[in-house]
Amino acid sequence: MSLLSVRDLNVKFAMRDETVTALNGISFDLAKGERLGIVGESGAGKSITGFALMNLLSRPGFIDSGEILFDGQDVVTMNNKQLREIRGNRIAMIFQDPMVTLNPVLTIGQQMVETLRAHRKVSHEEARQIAVVKLREVYIPSPEERLDQYPHELSGGMRQRIIIAIALLLDPQLIIADEPTTALDVTIQADIMELMLELCQSNQVGLILITHDLGVVSQMTERTLVMYAGRIIESGRTRSIINDPQHPYTQGLINALPQQTQPGERLRQIPGNMPTLAQIPSGCAFNPRCEFATDTCRSQIPKISQYGEVEVACHEVHRLQLETQLEDQEA
Amino acid sequence: MFAYLVKRVFQAIAVMFVISLIAFAIQGNLGDPLRELVGQSVSEEVRQQLREELGLNDPFLAQYLRFVSNALQGDLGTSYFFKEPALDVILKKLPATLELVLGATIIIIGLSVPLGVYTAIKPNTILSRGIMGLSIVGISVPVFLTAILMIFLFSVELGWLPSFGRGDIVPVWGYWETNFATADGWLHILMPSIALASIMLPLFVRLIRAEMMEVLQSEYVRYATAKGINPWRIYFVHALKNTLLPVITVGGVQIGTMVAYTILTETVFQWPGMGFMFLEAVNRVDTPLIVAYLIVVGGIFVVTNTIVDLIYGLVNPTVNLARMGA
Repeated sequence: MSLLSVRDLNVKFAMRDETVTALNGISFDLAKGERLGIVGESGAGKSITGFALMNLLSRPGFIDSGEILFDGQDVVTMNNKQLREIRGNRIAMIFQDPMVTLNPVLTIGQQMVETLRAHRKVSHEEARQIAVVKLREVYIPSPEERLDQYPHELSGGMRQRIIIAIALLLDPQLIIADEPTTALDVTIQADIMELMLELCQSNQVGLILITHDLGVVSQMTERTLVMYAGRIIESGRTRSIINDPQHPYTQGLINALPQQTQPGERLRQIPGNMPTLAQIPSGCAFNPRCEFATDTCRSQIPKISQYGEVEVACHEVHRLQLETQLEDQEA
Repeated sequence: MFAYLVKRVFQAIAVMFVISLIAFAIQGNLGDPLRELVGQSVSEEVRQQLREELGLNDPFLAQYLRFVSNALQGDLGTSYFFKEPALDVILKKLPATLELVLGATIIIIGLSVPLGVYTAIKPNTILSRGIMGLSIVGISVPVFLTAILMIFLFSVELGWLPSFGRGDIVPVWGYWETNFATADGWLHILMPSIALASIMLPLFVRLIRAEMMEVLQSEYVRYATAKGINPWRIYFVHALKNTLLPVITVGGVQIGTMVAYTILTETVFQWPGMGFMFLEAVNRVDTPLIVAYLIVVGGIFVVTNTIVDLIYGLVNPTVNLARMGA
């Protein structure tokens, strides 16, 4: 049985005069210890998905319908006490910006000890010892001293390591990491990702990595979901998606990677912007930016279905495949 | 820390210098002190002679320098009315005022935190809306009106509380006599404290509520929730400590302001404190007493602000007082 099973999840935002849909029919599964990437531009609904999985949406967002089965239990229908037992304990979360995630007026030790003691009956001293062990696992130098320091005394990379250590404190089954390196220096990003991969593999922890960086996804994850305007538009094994993307949006994302361009050449980009939630175009939400869009694309929402090795939501995927083959033959 | 204190003391001296200059400059515009001193039946020659003796004919700067040098030796002049050193007159009245401010401060701190936190956590309940509505009334109604209404209700109509004076007070040390030692003393200080708190309390409730609501939106509160921390711990440990940082700063200034508000409260309740004395001194054109009062109140402002800054440094780990001295 899969560790996490999301079925037809709909998330809405109650705005002043209307209710807008932020997530539309999200369904996916995650096996135990599996690492899943969720990619897409800003506004695609990646972070909302991450927060919804812990039932942690802040107002005006709310889960309208759908199931989130974690280990057989539905997170959506849980009461606050049941949610508290899961949060931080069985599902841990790593936030985007380590500079604002830790409480500025509490020491690192206080913030680690409280997490442990919220879920496990341990003494203050024992909790500190466990904290030191975990800080060592994330390669924090002189961990005993760090416990009595405040967040502002530590660098961004150091803080994100501490947040990873807090995530590992209670040996969770799943870690949700919401763009964990976006706010960090490029030089530190690789270190943090490597550390997370190493820890997830050695502890058999499942990972949901939310990012816009396809390069990171290809290194870190086994499976990938590509999201656009609140829907999953392509999903499958990461290798298949990176090597042979089917959806024009995914292709656009991969072509936009700097590695895909020769030095000196202009970087490629997808024309236009992600639509806002209140103004999602009819039909396929991507159609105004898609060079292959037809009348069908403009009127009907494509269903996600198996195509080759991946699942993809595109009306024109067959035609695209033919065209690419023809181009390949010409070349 | 020490370096910071030394720096603050120098700042305080500069502030006190400005206050003394202003206070002293007022002196010349408050009417002729001679009239208060000797009455009308003294001839013009004697008046001139007295003026010369008192140094009132000297240039402003000379008079001011003499005033400062006396002040530095603890002599702020002699009250025309009491025929006593002005500083002594004030120091005798100071404990009554400080106890009144203390009473009001206890009420403000004791009520504003729970009310502010409650209205921030549950902003939409009827109780919260009621508290917020009342707080607007509290801020809008002037202290003297609140005080008179309270006297009417609790003293005149119900007869529960005494309407004036300090009641049964017990000497503690020096000029200090306390209200907090006897039941009668407590009864007497209750209404004046509430009246004095009536403007600051709603202000603080609203301030704490606004700050708390902002803090509750912050990323670290969301993160604490994601860690499965109990909501009470989130409210009172994670959120409240961050909420109180700006409140402490504003609060310090307000305590000073409250000393000024005592003028109204003390007058309505016939409270024998500094504020009541100041009003009488103004009526009597007792210039040395007025000047001394301004300087003492200025001093209280400077001291409370310094203490508040020190407390802020202790509460906020990102402020390093040791480094700030450099």
